[in-house]
Amino acid sequence: MMKKKRMNSNSILLMLTILLFAAMYISGCVAYADKGFTKLQVFLDILKNNAGLICVVCGMTAVMITGGIDISVGALIAMECMFMAVGVEEWGLPAVVLLPLMLVIGLVFGLVQGYFIGYLEIQPFIVTMAGMFFARGMTAVISTQQVSITKSPLMSKLSTMKFNMPFEIGAYLNKKGKLMVPNVSIYVIIALVVLIATFLILRYTKFGRSLYAVGGNQQSAALMGLDVKKTRFKAHVMCSFLTSIGAICYVLNTMCGTTRQALGLEMDAISSAVIGGTLLTGGVGNVIGSFFGVLINGTISSLVKFNGKLSSAWPNVVTAILLCFFIVLQAIFARFRKKD
Amino acid sequence: MTFPGVKALDHVDFTLRRGEIHALMGENGAGKSTLIKCLTGVNNFDAGEIHIEGIEEAIKNRNTLEAQKRGISTVYQEVNLCPNLSVAENLFIGREPMTKLHTVNRREMVKRAQKLMNEMNLPVDVTRNLDEYSLALQQMIAIARAVDMECKVLILDEPTSSLDDTEVEKLFNLMRQLRDRGVGIIFVTHFLEQVYAVCDRITVLRNGQLVGEYPIAELPRVKLIAAMMGKDFDDLASIKPEGGLHSGTETLIDAKGLSHAGKIKPFDLELARGEVIGLTGLLGSGRSELARAIYGADKAQTGTLRVKGKDVHIKHPIDAMNLGMGMLPDDRKAEGIIGDLSVRENIILAMQARRGITKLIPMKEQEEIADHFIELLQIKTASRETPVKQLSGGNQQKVIIARWLATDPDFLILDEPTRGIDVGTKTEIQKLVIKLAQEGKGVLFISSEIEEMLRTCNRLAVLRDGAKVGELSGEMTQEMVMKTIAEG
Repeated sequence: MMKKKRMNSNSILLMLTILLFAAMYISGCVAYADKGFTKLQVFLDILKNNAGLICVVCGMTAVMITGGIDISVGALIAMECMFMAVGVEEWGLPAVVLLPLMLVIGLVFGLVQGYFIGYLEIQPFIVTMAGMFFARGMTAVISTQQVSITKSPLMSKLSTMKFNMPFEIGAYLNKKGKLMVPNVSIYVIIALVVLIATFLILRYTKFGRSLYAVGGNQQSAALMGLDVKKTRFKAHVMCSFLTSIGAICYVLNTMCGTTRQALGLEMDAISSAVIGGTLLTGGVGNVIGSFFGVLINGTISSLVKFNGKLSSAWPNVVTAILLCFFIVLQAIFARFRKKD
Repeated sequence: MTFPGVKALDHVDFTLRRGEIHALMGENGAGKSTLIKCLTGVNNFDAGEIHIEGIEEAIKNRNTLEAQKRGISTVYQEVNLCPNLSVAENLFIGREPMTKLHTVNRREMVKRAQKLMNEMNLPVDVTRNLDEYSLALQQMIAIARAVDMECKVLILDEPTSSLDDTEVEKLFNLMRQLRDRGVGIIFVTHFLEQVYAVCDRITVLRNGQLVGEYPIAELPRVKLIAAMMGKDFDDLASIKPEGGLHSGTETLIDAKGLSHAGKIKPFDLELARGEVIGLTGLLGSGRSELARAIYGADKAQTGTLRVKGKDVHIKHPIDAMNLGMGMLPDDRKAEGIIGDLSVRENIILAMQARRGITKLIPMKEQEEIADHFIELLQIKTASRETPVKQLSGGNQQKVIIARWLATDPDFLILDEPTRGIDVGTKTEIQKLVIKLAQEGKGVLFISSEIEEMLRTCNRLAVLRDGAKVGELSGEMTQEMVMKTIAEG
């Protein structure tokens, strides 16, 4: 029965997201070829500028699959970046100690939020909103200044560390005739590792699969013998922890801490996940889609930058249109499935 | 265990033997669900003990998982699986086969799932999402999951209410197969036929108390119903008044060539005051769709509709309501009942909608109306302010019927008003339908149980594949109906 409809609507949505990204990128290559949009380095820079967001979106996707949401991620990043910056500059602590501490902070943050959401069954939106206010507030408590990281040789080294593409892929000669090999920073590699790890966790572990079950039908999941509370708890811990890894990427990229760091990042993460096919109602989504959601947002910004004349407000407008487009598509697919 | 104010179960003994199919019978609110929930750990019980083969001391399941580990699995009326996951995952979630790296072995999972489906003769591709399959297949998959967990006790809580006859037969074959393997099956159903088709033993509950346990051969239908109702059996065949119903003179509804693309082909239907017309046909033959086209729930795309002799155009259900129609939808959970509102508010709802939101019905009047219908329909509720969701299924059904009666309609569409409710309430509703007709109303009655239709209706319209294929009246028999469905 129904042999023909081999591809389900979710994979169609994912295909659309990838196609959209390809279309945008190719049109950029055609339009701004003279300005160098075709260079591989442009693409790698999109990854570089969004490394932190990629980590965050991985955690956000996991939470959204359970039907939850986490709006504390941006504030958590700001708090941890500030902690790092002030820790190095004013308290004189070594980065070797501070980096793991950032992860510990994220873990504790996630444990608390997860406990409230999973075990006390309070709305994720409310809990993480409290988390957001707390973290934003703590950022300013630590310092209201913009603190640049200058005193840590380790941080400087990590921040500027470059990895050239193997086999000189995409290499070109610049005007002086010097061979330029495209490169990525260490935090891009961190982000990609997080992405692959999350993909594998969601797809191949019991925990990952139970996220989908809980998001699909919480009551059924409980009746099938899954521990719903624990699953939701773990999802939020995972999200905050991955956000902390994102914070490390962020601080390596910006090398500073400010109270306005990562402002609105939670919304970027949610919109990327939605564009990538994750349903806010839970049960559906995967990090590959979310990754392409991030790339689409990054490409829009790059296109506006290459154009040079457009206001930097345009990416938001385009994101809004894309969001509407994908939400409407999802709704249509959902209705079709019901009719079947 | 006790519920506030009511003792839901009172010193009930229940014994299930290895390799038997044991029917658990009782009217709504008799305590069947509560007993099951105690067994499966969904509810806790206050007194008593549960023993299971192979375990010395009494067991107390704190949750479903513990019950499953001890070999007690349950399949509920509503399919409790995850629609967004593949069939294979639904079968194995929580107990997936693992690789050496402690990751889910998807290939092995799919292989085993497909083998299980093939063993049970289910035409299912396990890699596809569950929601691509029909409710019936989903139900079978749920049973497959329970069976594969090597359960000793399989509880089936009204598993057949969403299945058609062939599917039910498949389910029964599966049950017999499992019984022969030594599984003890507890079967809860409202369909008497099914009990006698498949069960070995019956336990009857009433008002939370044990009435008795009987081998099937010693308890004929009439006695079973008497045991469930606690009174002598009110002969169902005799509810129709002597000489049948008399059709009135005034034509209420006259539909000519109404249709809705893809759902119901053009049909004619005439209905006079004092008539009960039954719509019959297999599940999915377009019974509900025909009713919906008349009521305007699906706007008719062709044809004309005359109500009380006047041409009308019904665009929305509110137009139909203003013409004196009322409709009881078949999916009372999704379309009818509002669980958090009180009995009174639910009853008053349609009446208020018809008057318009600005003309609020005075509280005193609302209370009077609610009390009147609680009394008239014998709705069992703690008070008129009790939230409807706390009522049993049959009583919820009565509340919706009351809602439409409150609007004093001339023409009432009842889509499966007796589904999933007990025999006693069923008879009451059937009597009510006939009474309404005698009062001069017209009723369009839809039911999957042909016997019930034969008892209640004075005409039957037969449907097949979205088209009306015939009409029967006068002395009707089950054979005639089936023949019309088959040959039309």
